[in-house]
Amino acid sequence: LRTHSLLSLFLQAKMSRPVQARRLEGIDKNIWVEFVKLAATYSTVNLGQGFPDFPPPDFLKEAFVKALSGENHMLHQYTRAFGHPPLVKILAQFFGKLLARDLDPMTNVMVTVGAYQALFCCFQAFVDEGDEVIIIEPFFDCYELMVKMAGGTPVFVPLRPKAPKDGKLMSSADWQLDPAELASKFSKRTKAIVLNSPNNPLGKVFSRGELELIADLCVKHDVLCISDEVYEWLVYDGKEHIRIASLQGMWDRTVIIGSAGKTFSATGWKVGWTVGPNRLLQHLRTVHQNSVYHCATVAQEAVAQGFQREFERYGKPDSYFVQLSKELQQKRDWLVQSLDAVGMKPIVPEGTYFLVADISEFKSDVPDVPNTDEPYDTRFAKWMVKNKGLAAIPLSAFYCGAHKNNYNHFIRFCFAKEEATLKAANDILQKWKLEKISP
Amino acid sequence: TMAFRHKNTRRIEGLDSNVWVEFTKVAADPSIVNLGQGLPDISPPSYVKEELAKAAAVDRLNQYTRGFGHPSLVKALSQVYERVCGRKIDPLTDILVTVGAYGSLFSTIQALIEEGDEVIIIEPFYDCYEPMVKMAGAKPVFIPLRYKNDGNSASSADWVLDPVELADKFNSKTKAIILNTPHNPIGKVFTREELQVIADLCIKHETLCISDEVYEWLVYKGNKHIKIATLPGMWERTITIGSAGKTYSVTGWKLGWSIGPQNLIKHLQVVHQNTLYTCPTPLQEALAQAFWIDYKRMDDPGCYFYSLSRELESKRDRMAQLLQEAGLKPVIPDGGYFMIVDVSTLNVDLSDVDEKQPYDYKFVKWMITSKKLSAIPLSAFCGPETKRQFEKYIRFCFIKKDSTLDAAEVILKNWNKQPA
Repeated sequence: LRTHSLLSLFLQAKMSRPVQARRLEGIDKNIWVEFVKLAATYSTVNLGQGFPDFPPPDFLKEAFVKALSGENHMLHQYTRAFGHPPLVKILAQFFGKLLARDLDPMTNVMVTVGAYQALFCCFQAFVDEGDEVIIIEPFFDCYELMVKMAGGTPVFVPLRPKAPKDGKLMSSADWQLDPAELASKFSKRTKAIVLNSPNNPLGKVFSRGELELIADLCVKHDVLCISDEVYEWLVYDGKEHIRIASLQGMWDRTVIIGSAGKTFSATGWKVGWTVGPNRLLQHLRTVHQNSVYHCATVAQEAVAQGFQREFERYGKPDSYFVQLSKELQQKRDWLVQSLDAVGMKPIVPEGTYFLVADISEFKSDVPDVPNTDEPYDTRFAKWMVKNKGLAAIPLSAFYCGAHKNNYNHFIRFCFAKEEATLKAANDILQKWKLEKISP
Repeated sequence: TMAFRHKNTRRIEGLDSNVWVEFTKVAADPSIVNLGQGLPDISPPSYVKEELAKAAAVDRLNQYTRGFGHPSLVKALSQVYERVCGRKIDPLTDILVTVGAYGSLFSTIQALIEEGDEVIIIEPFYDCYEPMVKMAGAKPVFIPLRYKNDGNSASSADWVLDPVELADKFNSKTKAIILNTPHNPIGKVFTREELQVIADLCIKHETLCISDEVYEWLVYKGNKHIKIATLPGMWERTITIGSAGKTYSVTGWKLGWSIGPQNLIKHLQVVHQNTLYTCPTPLQEALAQAFWIDYKRMDDPGCYFYSLSRELESKRDRMAQLLQEAGLKPVIPDGGYFMIVDVSTLNVDLSDVDEKQPYDYKFVKWMITSKKLSAIPLSAFCGPETKRQFEKYIRFCFIKKDSTLDAAEVILKNWNKQPA
């Protein structure tokens, strides 16, 4: 009888604890789940979630079909866990050239399930409980969540907008780090800083000077750099995407992350990669082999073919990277014009396929509500998709909880869309403006 | 030199080595007959490949889909498994699509297991269970399957758990037990009675069950795959894991799924949205279409779920015969596509190989170099205490085309002949 009641006491204790692990605390909410649903329900024009509504290039689709239907049916079976050999070989070649460094495909490259999983491997491999990770705001929301899941402490430092020159539209270049403020965020507990250039959501392309500022601090404080460069090819106005790993002292402490989804307009393939020194990548391999182990083979084969083609055409006019960048710059300019014409003030992005606009002049449509937890721009974005059919993402989604109201009158648009989509967006905006002038 | 203090986190300490990394490298040489790693060298059915080509031709199917699982796929999975389980399964709340069954195991363990927990693992076990439990900060508690017969027949059914020994492993810290049926590597198909013993203990101790059923369709004559989640009191505490790779002979698609009650699956979904967010779209669409094709003929023996099983049964029988003719005693599996065999009877003396590795590791390496035949050592699939017990066994994979088995036959027939 005594053992029985002891057992039931233990059971009660077990049952009163939540079934889920503590590492899930505070990371269960996800804005995409909500906004993707809203867009699916209400939007006629979806400039919200970041994916192209145009297809991947023909040469890539052909490579995929060739791989899946070819004589070699072993492409439907497991490939090398850390990356399909043809893919890691061409990535090593390609990035070796860009970094002016000899890269070993087996040890300096690892393929992941999208850049998302690459980020996950980095945080799991390097962030222990008590470690601090510096995150520059605004940031791609998963950084904070992943740091928390790894038991780390995110430390935020904002990009601050400087007033643009008279008469000019604000540029993403006008959003800058304060060097003293940045330096103050580094402590003995700082394990890593996450850099995202070109930056989602602002489209900022960090300059050499800005990168050197970050690099100096990393070296001084012996901090790792997790460099999310998924939009590396989407850079406009002749700007250069500079890889922080190429700066003095940085190769040995940087993991570079890339994405086939963004590079080749095939977000649904979920192929990403990490590039870096073996002494860092070895730990990413450990996480990878204990979490997903292999990535799907066929898509890797096709992406390898895609990169081979681009390697041969690097910098030439018929390079897909060159063409895509040109096309997207044009789309950026259309959207900038559309927004400016109706009074939404665009921040002209130097890169990525995102654009953030100030919606202050439209505030009258969505009055402030006192005593609400929801940031203004979130209410605005929800109202806009429900009432205007135009989906965008509130900028506060890219800030930590404490800072969500710091810049709460901006929304982010994705312009990787067909001309017809951008025209339709323009129509909505024009109509909306007319309604405001003559209600 | 610059300061550099960065090493790995505690959670992955000691988890860097991996039997596959070691043995797939060694067996990569094309002159070696590879019966090691579990991957088919037979082609997937042509309609599966056709569906993938069709999916890739649709523009929007090359972009992100729903994070927790492509709508048409979770719908198809819910239909198939509703039929199998005899209960309603909500495609949006009761299912998570993951990167292979491997990804489901990871999501489940990360979602529900943490420091202070114990997880019961039945030996021999698919090797990732132990490092995944450790990475979650928990303690693996091992219990071996034991060979119960003294006689000559060797069937996977002869390998059983001792119910008293099993009960003894459960305590107030036992968060979960990992069940694998049909079992890799032995091929055991747990009977209803055996599952009931496990279920009773799970219910008594409020323990979860992580049921790895990737080989669920590969069950041979006279055997039936029973889902532990269908036993009374078990649905609410079980995550059942499946695999497209094993179901459709497409291991390189890396799609798997977890099915269970919403109050557990929702936590797996949280892990998933914070680890890789979404799985590839065209593969999921193609898989959905393949499932519809076979769902419609689940009453028909031509359904791939059953036809693959029949094809493999004859390969199993052939593999067993080849090994027997070489003087070996294989353990005939009731399910799965692996076969284990005791090689100590060959008396291969490897004492001069002065590595600290278990006998079966040394044996397989020797067999690869001198016989050009590869397998996997069984001690890779056990905890530290039982390595002695299992180090005389090696595992062969028989989901191989005829020409591969022909080549294996030549090697096994000539085993005892001295090289010229």
